[in-house]
Amino acid sequence: MSAPPLLEIKNLHIDMRSGQERLNVVENVSFSIGAGETFGLVGESGCGKSITALSLIGLLNRPLSVGQGEILFKGQNLLKMNGSELRRLRGNRISMIFQEPMTALNPLATVGRQIAEMFVLHQGSTWHEAERKAIAALAQVQVPAPDKRVKNYPHQMSGGMRQRVMIAIALACHPDLLIADEPTTALDVTVQAEILKLMQELCDQRGTSVLMISHDLGVIAKMCRRVGIMYAGHLVEERAVADLFRHPAHPYTHGLLASLPVLGQRTLDERKPLQEIEGIVPSIAAFPTGCRFEPRCTRATPICRDTVPGPSILGDGSFVRCYHHG
Amino acid sequence: MVDQTLLRIENLSVCFPVSAGLFRRSHQAVRAINNLSLSLHKNECLSIVGESGCGKSTLALTILGLQKPTQGSISFDGKPITGAEQPGRMQRARMAQMVFQDPYASLNPRQTIYSALAVPLRLHGLCNQGEVEDRIAATLKMVGLKPEQAKRFPHEFSGGQRQRIGIARALILNPKIIVLDEPVSALDVSIRAQIINLLLELKAQLDLSYIMISHDLSVVEHMSDRIAVMYFGQIVEEGPWQSIFANPVHPYTRRLLAAIPDPFMIIRQEDMTRKDMQPPPLSGFSYYPEEIGTHDVYQSPPATEFLPVGDDHRVRFIAR
Ligand SMILES: Nc1ncnc2c1ncn2[C@@H]1O[C@H](COP(=O)(O)OP(=O)(O)O)[C@@H](O)[C@H]1O
Ligand SMILES: Nc1ncnc2c1ncn2[C@@H]1O[C@H](COP(=O)(O)OP(=O)(O)O)[C@@H](O)[C@H]1O
Ligand SMILES: [Mg+2]
Ligand SMILES: [Mg+2]
Repeated sequence: MSAPPLLEIKNLHIDMRSGQERLNVVENVSFSIGAGETFGLVGESGCGKSITALSLIGLLNRPLSVGQGEILFKGQNLLKMNGSELRRLRGNRISMIFQEPMTALNPLATVGRQIAEMFVLHQGSTWHEAERKAIAALAQVQVPAPDKRVKNYPHQMSGGMRQRVMIAIALACHPDLLIADEPTTALDVTVQAEILKLMQELCDQRGTSVLMISHDLGVIAKMCRRVGIMYAGHLVEERAVADLFRHPAHPYTHGLLASLPVLGQRTLDERKPLQEIEGIVPSIAAFPTGCRFEPRCTRATPICRDTVPGPSILGDGSFVRCYHHG
Repeated sequence: MVDQTLLRIENLSVCFPVSAGLFRRSHQAVRAINNLSLSLHKNECLSIVGESGCGKSTLALTILGLQKPTQGSISFDGKPITGAEQPGRMQRARMAQMVFQDPYASLNPRQTIYSALAVPLRLHGLCNQGEVEDRIAATLKMVGLKPEQAKRFPHEFSGGQRQRIGIARALILNPKIIVLDEPVSALDVSIRAQIINLLLELKAQLDLSYIMISHDLSVVEHMSDRIAVMYFGQIVEEGPWQSIFANPVHPYTRRLLAAIPDPFMIIRQEDMTRKDMQPPPLSGFSYYPEEIGTHDVYQSPPATEFLPVGDDHRVRFIAR
C-alpha cells in the first residue's frame, strides 16, 4: 500500500581499520525515511551518527569504510555508485548541513557566490542568473536585506545567519533529502528555535525528507515523528517519537529519559537526585561482543553478553534490540 | 536578620578596548559588562543564563580576579576584593575557584592527577608529604574517584571522570565559591545526571555557593536557588527559580523560556508551546531592548531601573 521509502538503509556496517584489526564501529544499522518525512537519529557523542550520515553520501574517509550493507536511495544502491555519480547526487538530490557552518563555508568567497555556485553546478545557470537566484534563496531563509547580504563573507555574519546561508545552499536545488547533522548545537536557544522553525517550514513546503541528527532529545521531539536511538554504534530502538517518550522500550532509552531533569518537575515535587545510568560509554576498542549496553544494564543476563539481540518488532514498524525490553 | 550575602558585585563595568587599527575611532571599546550589580548568597546556587556574547564568561573571570574591572567593585564577605584593597592571588584562590565546560582542555595532559592537585596545595604552603597525600585522597573520594587513580594521566579517564577531576581541583583549596561554567554541556547525556547529583551533594556537604553559567534551562531549573538573566552585559531579570520559571516578566526572559525545546512538554501538549503557558506580559512598562538582538556592543545601553515585581524578583525597565 505505502510507497517505497525514499531512503532505505539495510544492515549497514562501518568498519575502522586500526593496524591489523578491523573494528565494527557501526554494526547492522537499518532504518528508512519516507518521502517528506523527518527522521531523527539520536545518540551520545561518538556513537556513530555522523559517520552513518557521511556513509550515505560516500564521504567516509580512511580509516573508516562501509563493511557491508545497502543504502538504497529511490531504489538505487548508493554504495554501488562511482565517484562522479555520487558527486552529481550530492548537493543536488541529497544535501547536508553541519553543526559548524564556518567549516563548510569557504571563508574567501562571498556567501552569494557560494549559493550561486549551486545553481551553476547543478542547474546549468549562468553566473548572472545564478546571482539573482542566490538573492531569492537568501530571502527564502529570511536573511534581512538579502541583496546586500550576498556580498558578505562568512566571517561578517553571526552563527545563526551563517546557518541560514548553509540552509540556502543545501536547499538551493530542491533536494529530496536533507541531512542535518547537529544543525543547531552551536547556537543559542532562541536562534536554535528560529532555525528549526525555518527548516521545518521550508522542508514541509517542498516535501523534502530530512535526516535530523542530534544528541538533544528536545530538538528531535520538536522536529520528528520517528526516531532511531543509537548507542555505541548499534541502533537499539526505532520508534514513533511520542511512543518513545511515553513507553521507552530499550533499557538504555529508559535510563536516558529517567536521567534527564524534566522542566516543571521541581514545581510539582520536591527535588530528588536524578536517576543515574551507572558506568561509562564504552570506547570502540572495548565494545562488548553482545549487546553494547550490557555492562551498564540493570536487566542484563548472560545471553546479553554473548549475542547481539535481533530486532523485536513492536508494531507500526517499530523495533527494539533487547532480550528484556518492555 | 543575618546578612546572607557572600559576594556582592556593585556597578561593575568591563570594557575591552578595540585595537586602533581596526576602527577609526580608537577610543571605541566593547562593553562586555555594563554597570552590573548582583549578589550571591551563602550556600545558594545562582544561575546566570543568557545568549553567547552577553558577558557571562567575562563576569566569571572578573569574580575570579582574572579580569580587571573597568569600573565598580566586588566584595567577598563584606571585604572589597577589587581596587586598592584587593587581596593577593593566594587569598583569592581560597575564595573562589572555577569548573570549566571542557574538563579535558582544562587539564594538563602531561601531568598526573596527583601533581595537578598537589601543585596548588604546595603553593599554598602545605608542604608535609603525608598531609598533601591525605588531602588529595580525601578530595578524590569526595568526587567519587579512588585515591589510587591519582597516579594516572587525564587521557586515561572518561569524560565524566575528567569532570570529577575538574571538580576535585576546584575543591582542593577549600574555596567558598565555585563558578561552574557550563559544567555538564560537554558531557555524554547519560553521564550528566551523575555530575549534577554530585554537584548538589557537594554543595550541601561542604556548604558551598555556586555561580552556574548554563544554557540548559532544565538543568538550571533543577539546580538553582536563584536565576539571573543576562542580556548584553546587564542583568535584565533576577529572582528565585520559581518566579523566573512561573512568572517571567522581561521580554527577553520570556523569549528564552519559550524557545526551550523540552521533549516531555512537546509530547504532552503537542499544540501548546511554553509561550502559550506564560502569564500575560505586565502592561504599562517599557523595556530595553524593544527589538531583541539590535544592541550595539560599542554603545552604553540607555538608562534603566531595576525594579521589584515580587518577592526578591526584580526586572529592568526603561527609566521614566
Ligand atoms: N576520521 C575518523 N577517524 C577515526 N575515527 C573516527 C573518524 N571519524 C569518526 N571516528 C570515530 O567513529 C566513532 C563515531 O563517530 P561519529 O560518527 O563522529 O559520532 P557522533 O556523530 O555520533 O558523535 C567515534 O568513536 C569516532 O571517534
Ligand atoms: N579578551 C577580550 N577582548 C576583547 N573582547 C572580548 C574579550 N573577552 C570577551 N570579549 C567580548 O565581550 C563580550 C562578552 O564576551 P563573553 O564574556 O565571552 O560572553 P559569554 O561568555 O556570555 O559568551 C563579547 O562581545 C566578546 O566578544
Ligand atoms: Mg557527530
Ligand atoms: Mg562564555
